[in-house]
Amino acid sequence: MQVGIGIRLNEGEILVDRMDAAKAGDRRALARLLSSIENGELRFNDSHSDASDWKILALTGPPGVGKSCLLDRLLHEWVDAGLRVAVLAVDPSSPRSGGALLGDRVRMSVVDDENKKNSVYVRSVATRKTSGSVPLVVQDMAFCLLEVGWDKVVIETVGAGQSEVRCAAVADRIVLVEGPARGDGVQAEKAGLLELADAVIVNKSDLDGAQRHANELRESLNLGHEEAPEVYLVSALHGTGIPQASAMLLSLNQSIRAGRARWRERLLSHHERLLLEHPQFDTSLSNLEEGLMSFDEAYAQLRNKNE
Amino acid sequence: MDQPLRIVIAKPGLDGHDRGAKVVARALRDAGHEVIYTGLRRTPEQIIETVRDEDAILLGLSSLSGAHGHLFPRICETLREHNMGDVIVFGGGIIPEDDRPPLFEAGVRAIFGPGTTSEEMVEFIATAIQRDDAGVGHGAGWHWNPSE
Repeated sequence: MQVGIGIRLNEGEILVDRMDAAKAGDRRALARLLSSIENGELRFNDSHSDASDWKILALTGPPGVGKSCLLDRLLHEWVDAGLRVAVLAVDPSSPRSGGALLGDRVRMSVVDDENKKNSVYVRSVATRKTSGSVPLVVQDMAFCLLEVGWDKVVIETVGAGQSEVRCAAVADRIVLVEGPARGDGVQAEKAGLLELADAVIVNKSDLDGAQRHANELRESLNLGHEEAPEVYLVSALHGTGIPQASAMLLSLNQSIRAGRARWRERLLSHHERLLLEHPQFDTSLSNLEEGLMSFDEAYAQLRNKNE
Repeated sequence: MDQPLRIVIAKPGLDGHDRGAKVVARALRDAGHEVIYTGLRRTPEQIIETVRDEDAILLGLSSLSGAHGHLFPRICETLREHNMGDVIVFGGGIIPEDDRPPLFEAGVRAIFGPGTTSEEMVEFIATAIQRDDAGVGHGAGWHWNPSE
């Protein structure tokens, strides 16, 4: 696995030491590396293959369907299976203050389990103000985690909307989590995510409407002429169906139909990041705001000097 | 502010009241920081592991149970043992005036009781982060004094 370490703003030597420390299991060194990536001081490039075995999985779905609880259950199973798994739990930043309350960790009982906590790393990630660029920062963070020796990385997205399709696109596999009774309009509403999902898990099987919703999803997915992803019914609260879902996810193949859609999202994310990270970005915005530049001029400027 | 500060707000020990902690977490979020809330009834070790894994530079401890005299110094000590002396620790809750000096002695940099404004906390954080002696590793020494 090859890593391209791009820019480290101040220290040079220290970065190598930190990588070594993180590889040797120093959690603090690892946490610092991830902060450097988050703050734009460090970049990780990696092109690990998407082929057979996934390394990065995205767990996405609407708010409140139980993504964190489900993930906690899965982590217990995967650690029992001998894996070391890192989690990047993404929560939204306030667009007003830029601050964030990061609460996914509260639901992760696995980090308190004496026998398992060394095999799990949970890091909360805020979307920050430039939410559009975050997906690729998260991707760099995931590459870093793989590079220092974690077997798998799970990205838990914020409650899903259109932008979370982007976030999920950085992963090798995308799992859509749903809840019961999501309403009739759900197929249309979730079109973007359903197109990308390699598997669908309907959580809260103990509640009314879960079975029906799973059936509706299966039906809807099977309307297409391509191979449909599996739909699983589980209860993260009671643990029902978890061992099956866990095993299924570990051997999950990338669905062929999602390939093109995923590359599309990756290209769009990459383009967005290039624009956002351009040194002239803020100046161009101001120029546009004050009418000093036409839209085409501003866009051309941001495209030109880049790279 | 260039980058948001990462702050862990923790409830150590057997204390089931977290309205205060949640109000503080919310206020710090609104001040532009990234706040990780641990949830109730955490052990000192669990709190420190959270600070470590989340790369937090500040740790806020909330206690209303009366166990602050035991728990806060223990957390400060454990941070130093784990080579995390640069973390800045502050506390809040129901902490009688007489109990405060030993906590400052242990490395806690501020104690906020009922009636504290969020502005004061935000000001403390802005001040503490600029100082090079605010980390818990510096032991006793500077602590926040609102009248300064």
